[in-house]
Amino acid sequence: MQASRLKTAVALAAVAALAVGASGCAKSDRDEDGGGDAKTGGTFVFAGAGDPKNFDPIFNDDGESFRPIRQMYDTLVQNKPGTAELQGALAESWEHDPEGKVWTFKLRKGVKFHDGTDFNAAAVCFNFDRWFNMKGAAAQSQMIYYSDVFGGFAKNEAEGVGDPVYNKCEAKDDGTAVVTMNQYKGAFPGAFALTALSIASPDALKKYDADAVKQNGDSFEYSAFANEHPVGTGPFKFVGWDKAKGEITLDRNPDYWGEKAKVDKLVIKIIKDENTRKQELRAGTVQGIDFPAPADRKALSGEGYQVLDRPAFNILYLGFNQKNPKLKDLKVRQAIAYALNRQQLVQTKGPGGTKVADEFMPDTVLGYAQDVQKYEYSVDKAKQLLKEAGAENLTLNFYYPTDVSRPYMPNPQEIFTVLANDLQAVGIKVNGVARPWNGGYKDDVQQFGKHDLHLLGWTGDYNDPGNFVGTFFGRGKVEFGDQAMTEMFEAIGKADSTVDEAGKKTAWEQVNRDIAAKWLPAVPVWHAPPAIVVTKDVKGLVASPLTDERFNTVSVG
Amino acid sequence: MSDPIIQPMVGPQRESVDPSSVTEKREGTLPRGIDRLGERKRARLEQLAQATADQGGVSLVRDALRRLRRNPTAMVGAGIVALFVLVAIFAPLLAPHDPAQRFDELTKNLTVDSIPGASSEFPLGSDPLGRDFLSRMIHGSRQTLFVGVLATLIGLILGVLVGALAGAFGGWVDNILMRFTDVMLALPALLLAISLVALASRSSQWTVIFAVAIVNVPIFARLLRGSMLAQRESDHVLAARALGVKRGAIVLRHMLPNAMTAVIVQATLTLSTAILEAASLSFLGLGDPDINRAEWGLMLGVDGQRYFEVRPELAYFPALAIIVVALGFTLLGEGMREAIDPKSRR
Amino acid sequence: MLRVIVRRLLQLVVTLIGLSALVFVWLRNLPGGPVEALLGERATPERRALLTKALGYDQPILVQYAKFMQRLLTGDFGNSIRSGDPVTEVIGRAFPATVELAAAAMIIAIGLGVPLGYLAARHRGRLLDNLSIGGTLLGISIPIFFLGYLLKDVFTQNMHWFPPSGRISTGVDNTDVTGFFVLDGLLTREFDATGDALWHLILPAITLATIPLAVIVRITRASVLDVLNEDYVRTAEAKGLRHKTIRGRHILRNGLLPVVTTIGLQTGALLSGAVLTERVYNWGGLGTLIYDSISGGRDYPVLQALILLAALVFVLVNLLVDLSYAFIDPRVRVR
Repeated sequence: MQASRLKTAVALAAVAALAVGASGCAKSDRDEDGGGDAKTGGTFVFAGAGDPKNFDPIFNDDGESFRPIRQMYDTLVQNKPGTAELQGALAESWEHDPEGKVWTFKLRKGVKFHDGTDFNAAAVCFNFDRWFNMKGAAAQSQMIYYSDVFGGFAKNEAEGVGDPVYNKCEAKDDGTAVVTMNQYKGAFPGAFALTALSIASPDALKKYDADAVKQNGDSFEYSAFANEHPVGTGPFKFVGWDKAKGEITLDRNPDYWGEKAKVDKLVIKIIKDENTRKQELRAGTVQGIDFPAPADRKALSGEGYQVLDRPAFNILYLGFNQKNPKLKDLKVRQAIAYALNRQQLVQTKGPGGTKVADEFMPDTVLGYAQDVQKYEYSVDKAKQLLKEAGAENLTLNFYYPTDVSRPYMPNPQEIFTVLANDLQAVGIKVNGVARPWNGGYKDDVQQFGKHDLHLLGWTGDYNDPGNFVGTFFGRGKVEFGDQAMTEMFEAIGKADSTVDEAGKKTAWEQVNRDIAAKWLPAVPVWHAPPAIVVTKDVKGLVASPLTDERFNTVSVG
Repeated sequence: MSDPIIQPMVGPQRESVDPSSVTEKREGTLPRGIDRLGERKRARLEQLAQATADQGGVSLVRDALRRLRRNPTAMVGAGIVALFVLVAIFAPLLAPHDPAQRFDELTKNLTVDSIPGASSEFPLGSDPLGRDFLSRMIHGSRQTLFVGVLATLIGLILGVLVGALAGAFGGWVDNILMRFTDVMLALPALLLAISLVALASRSSQWTVIFAVAIVNVPIFARLLRGSMLAQRESDHVLAARALGVKRGAIVLRHMLPNAMTAVIVQATLTLSTAILEAASLSFLGLGDPDINRAEWGLMLGVDGQRYFEVRPELAYFPALAIIVVALGFTLLGEGMREAIDPKSRR
Repeated sequence: MLRVIVRRLLQLVVTLIGLSALVFVWLRNLPGGPVEALLGERATPERRALLTKALGYDQPILVQYAKFMQRLLTGDFGNSIRSGDPVTEVIGRAFPATVELAAAAMIIAIGLGVPLGYLAARHRGRLLDNLSIGGTLLGISIPIFFLGYLLKDVFTQNMHWFPPSGRISTGVDNTDVTGFFVLDGLLTREFDATGDALWHLILPAITLATIPLAVIVRITRASVLDVLNEDYVRTAEAKGLRHKTIRGRHILRNGLLPVVTTIGLQTGALLSGAVLTERVYNWGGLGTLIYDSISGGRDYPVLQALILLAALVFVLVNLLVDLSYAFIDPRVRVR
């Protein structure tokens, strides 16, 4: 008995020793691996928050896919680091005719794609034509940004997609591409900086059959180009995506036309949970993380990490569904705007740097008016207005999403609870309805309009008021009760089609003033800056309002 | 996560053994399809069911209570449960504040990365929205009990209905119902609950309660059916039948009351898992969406997780409360099970 | 024996077909779905219509199901809506991760649980027994995700003994052969990869092991207690047989029978725990996949395949348990 127990103990100890030994050698190996020489070279490991879809820019529309794509591709024009202003990229300069229909791009010379082929006007036109001529419902349905900017295709696979904005692209000479549109849109030229509209190598697109988005039952299968052979002109080249490990590896492109990458290797590690991203940062296994939890930012910067706030380029709003006759009354909508203590919400629940929103776009966007009507928190005014409207016993269904965290809305349940509290304080009965973000929330709100009030928001894509205000209120939407607010639609349409910059500015300013005072289809709540965190020894990372960070300027150690 | 509790957990006092219970089953009808994993659960449930079948109700209960009182661990469990229920009942009297009210004193210094700590008026400090954490902890007992009891009760009622139907009618009704419960028993409890929550068209406290309840239906159904079957051949039922009592009356007046003892024991054990399951759902973001409601699982799974570094107490206190209460129900339930176990009576 | 297996497998096919129809219809009637998830805030009625058409959801559900079955018969489970990867590939990646985690947890649970249960029974009523009973009670009363959080906080953030998440370190060059990282390292003689994978495995495995460990300790203890009172053990003791012989031939052999069933049963319970554990440790296994496929946008093809896979595993594990029964206890004959 005694002897046998001893044996058990020995066996247990042996197992433990094995485990410790194993961990020990793993650790020492890792240490040897990690050290690189300062400044240039080495590996930059960055933690992203989700899986990319694939690496063909045109078929993507989310930040997690764009993060690696940005490192591998360039656009014709790009955003100046840290701002939403434009600067030359693959095009050194650009101009348009007075009508805003013919866009001429003077291209950079001597640029090569990763596969060694030349970047030139023919390549640019190849890309534009590829997008325009894309066939198949599967492919077209995935070109969200393209249809956002350019409307329809050569042959639309579904009705109502709209007429094509794009007409043709001509390569005047190697260094000049002329793109002709059927109409002007306010989105230009900002939209040319969209990551989705990155220029890919025509050779590779053809070789790896990029257009073949195969429909397999109720899902899509992307091409070898999108999955294994993305080829652009960017500062990093694709090496591989190890899905079992959740790591995307990119190598430095030694022939990059711009500032060559300082690190030899870039690894994007996918860690979905924000808590775990932070812990990995502390463990030293990653040198940077995206989207730290708002609650952790202070602690991290206290520990010596660089917490870089991105200038807020988003908006959270509380929307009204005017299908409810009570909400059709402007006074009721204004009462609700007065009832919300947004200042307190920003202070108690806003991520650091959050500001109360008065308009539906950040103040860095052209056409932001300084003098719109502001709804300062006032219980009295709210009650007064409700009384005037004869809506003292108002009961509203307030929809809010669960199981989601967006940069403009890190924690919707808390936001809802606080706002609902405010509404109850002025005597409005709130009936909270929670729906999972991907389990019917957007459908209920945007497609079926089951709600009275709802929370939604947006992160801007480029510096244009149309991308914010136009997207929300440019036409009748179920979300706001499908109201024929003709006056508002027309004003927005006119502002969006104004080519001349000064005129455009004035027109949008007036739209913003009228939205606040006359139309109030929703209450703007806040602009919340998302953050990005890197270790002390990471230099050269510039946080972008558009989350458009390019890692070629980054050095480690 | 209910699986472990309904395992054959033979308590410390158990003297003798019945290894045949397992082997017997094996040699009988052999498992078909997915249901086989539920086998052991089922064996245990039937054992528990049988325990109450062979004696008249009253003396059994009195006997069992006497044994229960002599079992110190069970009494510790009973003490915990009693305290928990008392706090839940008198929560409005005990709590210094309204659990849903936001206080200016607290919101004044509240930011997303700093939550005010203890003060004389708010002994446990603030929660993430500027509400009194102590009051929320106290009211939490109420909501937690509510979720646990309701989930158990709904599971019990549905399970008893299914089980009674199967046990009373036998034949093809029994076959179909039991096939169904077997499949459910074989599914991992939490996965089943997740699927049920996902299936619900809107998320609310009731979705959580129902999801947890449904997971428990097959357990109660099995238990009740086992007890009914065992009683069919027992003396008091035979006597009643010989006297010409109608079948419905026999089921209602004689068989059901006897079976209930076993059901109550199982319900006590289920209360503990129900509370844990509700907390797990909250942790996964699938729980009760209304964070105005003070419920321990919700507080731990949502706030405790999100603000763990800002104020770890937001996780520690609800976690501790859940552990103690779950322990209380488990101790009490196991004590009760032993007390009615015929083997410990010998 | 062979006939039993064949019959079981046939039953399995029938069950799977029925289940697939049920799941197919059920999923498509849930609120929300891939169209909503893919379009995000950018949904417009036109885009919704186009994508619905592209995904084929505008067709009658029977037509959709017929097409699904047609593809299934050729072994094609479709592609993940989110990533476009074949479902078999997606699950093929997650499956080894979960099996590795679950196996490690079971090794811990059995390796500690059986000896502990045995010792507790042999020292009934004494300190070790009371401690193990107390410990197991605590083990089943603590929310597993909270335990995971605590362990992670203490051992990765304060002590820095273990890595906080994932299966292997960045920079460790492992060759993917089977998808089981620990095993791969041994097969390819990349022992640093094995070491690193083990190092990542320990904490999640301990977390996941708590409940099965508690259950196994209790079952073993109870079962050994039962056996200890059996006549044949008393006889053996009276005969003066050596402890080792008694333990090996009589006590453990008979006492382990219920333990084996429990282990089979715990595989199901482990999946429940895995959803939580994988979430805490960012472990790219089935638990994560299930959660992501539901809350990340109702990835129908992945969910369908997962549910069928779950059914398959249950039946197979079940069969194995039966066979092992027959092996341990010759009285039981599988029919």
